[in-house]
Amino acid sequence: MASTTTPTTASPEEIARFQAMADAWWDAEGDFKPLHQLNPPRLAFLRDHLAEHFSRDATAPRPFEGLSLLDVGCGGGLLSEPMARLGFAVTAIDAGEKNIGVARLHAEQGGLDIDYRCATPETLDRQFDVVMTMEVIEHVPDADAFLSAVGDRLKPGGAFFGATLNRTPQSFALAIVGAEYILRWLPRGTHDWRKFVRPSEFAAALRRVGIAPKSFEGVRYAPLRERWERCASLEVNYAVYGVRAG
Amino acid sequence: MKEDIRIDVLIVGGGLIGGPLAVALASAGISVAVVDSENPNLAVDQAFDGRASAIALAPQRALAAIGLWPAIAPSAAAIEQIRVSDGHSPLFLHYDHQAIGDEPFGWIVENRAIRKAIRDRLAELPRVRIFAPARLTSLERQAGGVVAHLADGTRFSAALVVAADGRASPTREGAGIGVTKWAYDQTAIVCTVAHSRSHRNTAHEHFLPAGPFAILPLPGNRSSVVWTEKSHLAPAILKQDDDAFLAELSSRFGDFLGDIAIEGPRFSYPLSLQFANAYSAHRLVLVGDAAHGMHPVAGQGMNMGLRDVAALAEVLVDAKRLGLDLGHGSVLARYARWRRFDNLLMLGLTDALVRLFSNERPALRVARDFGLAAVNRAGPLKRFFMRHAMGLVGELPRLLKGQAL
Repeated sequence: MASTTTPTTASPEEIARFQAMADAWWDAEGDFKPLHQLNPPRLAFLRDHLAEHFSRDATAPRPFEGLSLLDVGCGGGLLSEPMARLGFAVTAIDAGEKNIGVARLHAEQGGLDIDYRCATPETLDRQFDVVMTMEVIEHVPDADAFLSAVGDRLKPGGAFFGATLNRTPQSFALAIVGAEYILRWLPRGTHDWRKFVRPSEFAAALRRVGIAPKSFEGVRYAPLRERWERCASLEVNYAVYGVRAG
Repeated sequence: MKEDIRIDVLIVGGGLIGGPLAVALASAGISVAVVDSENPNLAVDQAFDGRASAIALAPQRALAAIGLWPAIAPSAAAIEQIRVSDGHSPLFLHYDHQAIGDEPFGWIVENRAIRKAIRDRLAELPRVRIFAPARLTSLERQAGGVVAHLADGTRFSAALVVAADGRASPTREGAGIGVTKWAYDQTAIVCTVAHSRSHRNTAHEHFLPAGPFAILPLPGNRSSVVWTEKSHLAPAILKQDDDAFLAELSSRFGDFLGDIAIEGPRFSYPLSLQFANAYSAHRLVLVGDAAHGMHPVAGQGMNMGLRDVAALAEVLVDAKRLGLDLGHGSVLARYARWRRFDNLLMLGLTDALVRLFSNERPALRVARDFGLAAVNRAGPLKRFFMRHAMGLVGELPRLLKGQAL
């Protein structure tokens, strides 16, 4: 991948920030611990809607065999790998070259076949049964342009998944003050609260690109059990499932 | 080049804990290889393991949920009453299962019956490969997975290795996980006794100066005896001829079950308490005796192991269905967090029980006798102890509630 091309939908500052953290992606106790902890409820949301969308048995081994999935902003592959284990033929892209390097190396060590590319969605020319972009939209400079490029990669009737942080006082308290300043879960400056997206804004943006939002779900942290759990409240961090018209 | 076997989980030790774990995982879609150093056809002989295990209500539900119980049930005797007494004191503690419901407290099963049920069930399951008798000649826990070999060149690659290889667990030792351990200066003498009267499904725990003496009901007019003796006296007792040994046993057993005779060989096991300083390491977890060993006074060793199995199976099956790496630290941490406190609590309780009752100081004797009598009269406290012994307290894994994985 040519290092001189500047991807249009990710700002250089954002990419540099995540690259600095890339080596620690897969350490359960490292810098990305919160993402690892966030994974189970996220994956459960994805799996349950996907099983319903494609009428598959979620308890079967590799339930999504034969379907294709695009992971936009895959980072170190924290969600791409589970999706590949669940049977999807996964293409995963990220604008950060170091992320892709880490992700590729890790998948190879685990014996997983994932098509990792350092790319942005508009540079791809095929469409997928599923497109997901999790915890990415709050980092792109132009959310509408980004979602339009992402939506174009989805087959008509295909399933869309997104996740982001809501722009509420609670998310400011938790994601910025709590996660970055008090708990030091994330390096300071990881997130810009003003770029967080309200569910109504996310829904409207999806409709503009021909994706009907079907379901929203939040996550909350259960401190005694030291884990994130699914919840109805969308106050802090939430995910959305939608279907492309067709 | 010998066979190259790719599975999700490699289990070292296919005994009373590793076996049920393999059954649970394989029935829920996780591929498993089991490597065991014992010959599975010899391990079901009485001469190999003459012990019986207490299986409480919740772990019994787990065995039923994974399909093992039907084969065990004919060899299991229900415990409907428990009588605890202290030396020759007239005060005792009497538990009746009807105080909390219709179900028994648990069951006593000879270990060989459990081993046979496991062996037969594993042979039916398509997702399990058994290698026994066999030993790993290498085990490497690499970044992306576990790679192990047998002497004949067979190669395993897995996401996770489980150490279910007992108290002296070579797998735990190999990973450098230390144990905290102390010996009790007590030896358990174990044998099976036939008697002329019915035991009426009552378990007796008699606290004698040398340690607890337990009479546990087996099917028919038979009981398993666990006779705790001071370690320096045990060899002399075990060396006696049959008549002398029977006489020695009878003086402790009493005559309430009529005439008694000893059936099969005598066994002895030195008693100690130990716990592993960690339950997991990179791509490795410990279950059962590899993680914790306790005094048999409360009959909880097998139960704690089956609780490990229920928790680990749930953690791994949940992770598998989310597409997670089964050996990832976040997955293993959930298991360790779930089991460690529960196991330490039980180790502490059994240890306290042993110390309290293996003691002849008069003041202590009086205090504990009144303690027993007091607990006997305090309904809610007694019911809590009963529910705890039955394994019904705490955040239960699905299997312990009798649900499918």
